[in-house]
Amino acid sequence: MADIYVSNVKAYKAKKIASNVLLYAFLVIVALTILLPFYWMILSSLKSTVQIEQVPPILLMAPSDWKITNYTDLFVLVQSGQRAGEPLFPFFTYMKNTVVVSIITTIGTTITTVLAAFAFARLNFKGRDILFAILLGTMMVPGEIFILTNFVTVYRLGWYSISNQTYLDVLLAMTIPFMTSVFYIFYLRQTFKQIPNELYYAAKVDGTTDFKYLLKVMIPIALPTIITIIILNSMGAWSAYIWPALISCKDEYRLVSNGLRGAFTDTSTGRTDYGQQMAASVLVTLPLLILFFAFRKQIMRGVSRSGIKG
Amino acid sequence: MEKKNNLRAWLYLAPLLILMAVFTFYPLINAFIVSSYKGYLPLSGTADEIDFFYNFGVILKNPLFKKAVINTFIIAGVSVPVSILLSLLIAVSLKSIPKLKGFFQTIYFLPYVTNTIAIGMAFAFMFHEDYGVINLILGWFGISPVNWLGGTASYAAQMIALLILTIWNGLAFKILVFTSGLENIDKQYYDAAKIDSASKWTVFKRITVPLLSPLILYISITSVIGALKAYNSVVGLFGDVKLGAQNNSMITIVAFVYQYKDGYTDKGYISYAAAASIILFFITAVISILQTVVSKKRVHY
Repeated sequence: MADIYVSNVKAYKAKKIASNVLLYAFLVIVALTILLPFYWMILSSLKSTVQIEQVPPILLMAPSDWKITNYTDLFVLVQSGQRAGEPLFPFFTYMKNTVVVSIITTIGTTITTVLAAFAFARLNFKGRDILFAILLGTMMVPGEIFILTNFVTVYRLGWYSISNQTYLDVLLAMTIPFMTSVFYIFYLRQTFKQIPNELYYAAKVDGTTDFKYLLKVMIPIALPTIITIIILNSMGAWSAYIWPALISCKDEYRLVSNGLRGAFTDTSTGRTDYGQQMAASVLVTLPLLILFFAFRKQIMRGVSRSGIKG
Repeated sequence: MEKKNNLRAWLYLAPLLILMAVFTFYPLINAFIVSSYKGYLPLSGTADEIDFFYNFGVILKNPLFKKAVINTFIIAGVSVPVSILLSLLIAVSLKSIPKLKGFFQTIYFLPYVTNTIAIGMAFAFMFHEDYGVINLILGWFGISPVNWLGGTASYAAQMIALLILTIWNGLAFKILVFTSGLENIDKQYYDAAKIDSASKWTVFKRITVPLLSPLILYISITSVIGALKAYNSVVGLFGDVKLGAQNNSMITIVAFVYQYKDGYTDKGYISYAAAASIILFFITAVISILQTVVSKKRVHY
């Protein structure tokens, strides 16, 4: 009897260990798959032209073999042609544009979102629920449906002109249409609604105006949510591709995503410089990753809530 | 209890509503109007005549649009179920390792904070026939090199590469949402299952999936909408001119709409684009409604 019992326990333990090994193996393989593109991008960017075209490809490289020439080459000035005198990949120009667009859009979005969320959460007015439902409905509409009409609108507003587009024009065209977000209003409204009504009535008795109440009470209480909105929103400009490409008439007005594709293929020979291409990709990816690790908790909490609350 | 303060409320809403009127509601209505114009010139605002079906007819007869619809449906049809199943599996696995959960979660979240174009280019180089890491790894298992993205790549090969990129990109959000969803499930259910010594599979099928079903429905609807708008991943892999290993071989509906972007001065082009984007809108709406209706019987609230 005892033998059977012992062997059963053993079998149980063995089974448990086996399932644990399987579990960890699965999670580790997934993790490696997620990390592989980053690794490959960074490794390739540190290879010389000869190394990058070696068959079979090099999978491991000692730090002493790493070369930064791909990175320095990106900043070498173009000798001839249309873009003579400019760096091969004007990363800092694109980066500056992206940061400026990101900041302006985020400020605008935060203002419209806070004001609207306050109205929907706190104020009582005719047509509130219908309006809110209509706004939520627009979230279902693919943004692509707007883009060409918006392009014509921007053209009519004078922000698009092939001959004399100014930096201000481009900034207006890249930011103004994107200063609203129904999703963030929905998200902030939920937070605002959790603030007890009693606070509002008490403030009203004291003669506080609505705006002062919003500024002094609601915004401070909802600050974590607002910060999450600010962080998530400021990441948007990094992935924007089609709109900035469409409305910027000069190369120097573009955002990081636009400069990446096609920049490293020699138009006469058709050869692509993969090392430079990967170096530029690393440069574009890095700021977002730094932002992520600085605000990891807020970003992950914000994104996970955006799924739960939906 | 509170008096209505209509005027003041509209004042708070004014910045939002003015911007949305110009850049959301007007273009939405305009898209429908423009799609009924024949020979429309957007810059002067003139059209030859009104014909509700003309532009839709042109688009639907265009073989490139058919290709775009087929590609888009394959992307959505494969990437959404695969990534949802995979992320559910990962989320459930993460639940049983509380200590290392945060570490793995952070790694799995990385694709969310990348630039799709930049990472798409990294994938393009990973899939390079001679210099790429994918064929190197396949070689370890005795599989001979595949031409994934080269000029003579097969349709299946380039589609698989695009699907892998799409799934890789979409996992982050789903894993995070499902893990937080799992945290909210009452522990009692699992304790009860333990007493009944239910198998892991039974627990997954009878407890986890039913209790997560509202979340799974929400994620599958948003994922389908996202997948139907696939564009950046194609640009990352192939560039926005070629859109495939062969010209336009991986074109999507959104890419089809955007090909008219340079023709804003040409007669009728904006109307074609409007018609194509309205078709996309209807496909999205119909699929979302279908998903909700079909799963209504299965979702437990």
